[in-house]
Amino acid sequence: MKIAVCVKQVPDTWAQKRLDPDDKTLDRESVDGVINELDEYAIEEALQLGEATSGEVVVITMGPDKASETVRKALAMGADSAIHVCDAALHGSDALATSLVLAKVIGDRGFDLAIFGSESTDARMSVIPAMVAERLGQAQLTFAGKVDVEGSTVKIRRIAEHGYDEVTASLPAVISVVEKINEPRYPSFKGIMAAKKKPVERLTLAEVGVPADQVGLAAVASAVESFESAPPRAAGTVVTDEGDGGVKIAEYLSSQKFI
Amino acid sequence: MAEILVLADHSGGEVKKVTLELLTLARSLGEPSAVVVGAGAGSTVDALAEYGARRVYVAEDAELDRHPVAPAAEVLVQLVGPHSPAAVLIASTADGKEIAARLAVRIDSGLITDAVQVDADLTATQSIFGGSVIVKSRVTRGTPVITVRPNSTAPEAAAGPCEREDLSISLSDGASRAVITNRVEEKHDARPELAEAAVVVSGGRGVGGADGFKVIEALADALGGAVGASRAATDAGWYPHQYQVGQTGKTVSPQLYVAAGISGAIQHRAGMQTSKNIVVINKDPEAPIFEVADFGVVGDLFSVVPQLTEEVVKRK
Ligand SMILES: Cc1cc2nc3c(=O)[nH]c(=O)nc-3n(C[C@H](O)[C@H](O)[C@H](O)COP(=O)(O)OP(=O)(O)OC[C@H]3O[C@@H](n4cnc5c(N)ncnc54)[C@H](O)[C@@H]3O)c2cc1C
Ligand SMILES: Nc1ncnc2c1ncn2[C@@H]1O[C@H](COP(=O)(O)O)[C@@H](O)[C@H]1O
Repeated sequence: MKIAVCVKQVPDTWAQKRLDPDDKTLDRESVDGVINELDEYAIEEALQLGEATSGEVVVITMGPDKASETVRKALAMGADSAIHVCDAALHGSDALATSLVLAKVIGDRGFDLAIFGSESTDARMSVIPAMVAERLGQAQLTFAGKVDVEGSTVKIRRIAEHGYDEVTASLPAVISVVEKINEPRYPSFKGIMAAKKKPVERLTLAEVGVPADQVGLAAVASAVESFESAPPRAAGTVVTDEGDGGVKIAEYLSSQKFI
Repeated sequence: MAEILVLADHSGGEVKKVTLELLTLARSLGEPSAVVVGAGAGSTVDALAEYGARRVYVAEDAELDRHPVAPAAEVLVQLVGPHSPAAVLIASTADGKEIAARLAVRIDSGLITDAVQVDADLTATQSIFGGSVIVKSRVTRGTPVITVRPNSTAPEAAAGPCEREDLSISLSDGASRAVITNRVEEKHDARPELAEAAVVVSGGRGVGGADGFKVIEALADALGGAVGASRAATDAGWYPHQYQVGQTGKTVSPQLYVAAGISGAIQHRAGMQTSKNIVVINKDPEAPIFEVADFGVVGDLFSVVPQLTEEVVKRK
């Protein structure tokens, strides 16, 4: 089986994220980049499915030069090769443009499965997997808490508010996985050494075959008009429990008309 | 007046609160039309009309429930063309955001997710980076598709005349590729859904174990709220993962958020910081969660929370 796994580099969760005042995009240069934590579950799932079917796992990322660190980490975990789409014209791309590029790369290379994280911790949109499925006309099997492949059929548990749905489709399909579907492995020393020799294909937009006027800041379908720091929360009241802490909270709740 | 399409969220014909919020919001932007999909859709019409829907498009066909997400997007695609609404509003839930995603691709229109406010000129306000930055944005291409967070607007009834229009929908191949073969209900309690709830009571590592969550549940029930948990609690297996609040869990924005035995790591705060009122119970006066507390008690949750529950029940 040929499996693609889409990973994104995001600012470290502890980093102070800021928007660039000039073009109002996330300033990715001034912060440390890490692999989107939720994508580690996608990589692990891809590796397990790849191992079970003697298949091939290809990492795909779209991002600036330094996203190559993230590619290396995925390769060190065990993926076979990587595709890194990197082009200055991509700066400022919105979800529509990102999904256009990813879908083109995935569609052109004929993967059986494309596996995604369920959300990027910077954009937090949770839309790319659905957009890619729509663009490819493939089955959308998202928010999977369990994935089983049997022959040319794939079955997932779609985790939902009410519990879960069992959803089935024929390959090829687009999957996103939720946190805790598995326990992502740590790269071993051997894996880290091996990753240095694994092939990474770097593609420009022209090589992908997407016109430059359909991506980046030039093509955004929504625009940030202004932004500001949220006003700090007014300092609250903090008391020490002297045996009546619960009563004190009840009084507060009653003053706010909750009870 | 410009038509605003609101995708109604319902479960077997029972309309969700967030839909009433969206209809209320839509009235400030134009004339709301509700779109309702799936089995039981027809029985929602009265409730939707009561909250201001002037028209309800009904796609009641059990076939549409056999596939996740895509059918609702197809219904919206088929309406946007002929009606050219001024905007499409969808609840910012996991399903809602995916429906919006597919719709935006199909009609090649801008998408804004997780709006907490939408102004009359369709400028949307979002709260990003865990609530630390407020952004105003606008869709600049096509029909604005905006997902709105639950609890962003207080629902207000506004009954009026309402037309019902039944739709017959044919699904595209792509939309019917994924088939739901089985639906498993795991939620046994009668509590409100976490993302929608007006009150959320969350427990963290301080709760000490699965058993400790009983005191959290008792308070949630006394307040009519939902239960949430920190990642430390879900990682330990004390509470199911779908109740996790935070950066890699759910984002909640209730009227009241109670955090008991939670330190308030930045990843937890990212999911609850925009709550209107925050009450904290923690043994450690230095816990960072106190920085966002409107009212906090430094103390042991096992004495404070049960006492609070008792007081709430007494005062009701
Ligand atoms: C990429 C990433 C994503 C993450 N995503 C999330 C997320 O989505 N949600 C999330 O919650 N976390 C998330 N985390 C984890 C986060 O960093 C914290 O580790 C976690 O929130 C801690 O949970 P806690 O507050 O329950 O536990 P702790 O930090 O251990 O705090 C427990 C608190 O309980 C108090 N306490 C103990 N006993 C009592 C008692 N009897 N009475 C009163 N107080 C008591 C202690 O004083 C302490 O403050 C993420 C981390 C990373 C790196
Ligand atoms: N630039 C990107 N390159 C590769 N994968 C991406 C990119 N952006 C998003 N993804 C994938 O899409 C998922 C959902 O992202 P989002 O819709 O931004 O929350 C992520 O978990 C990744 O798997």
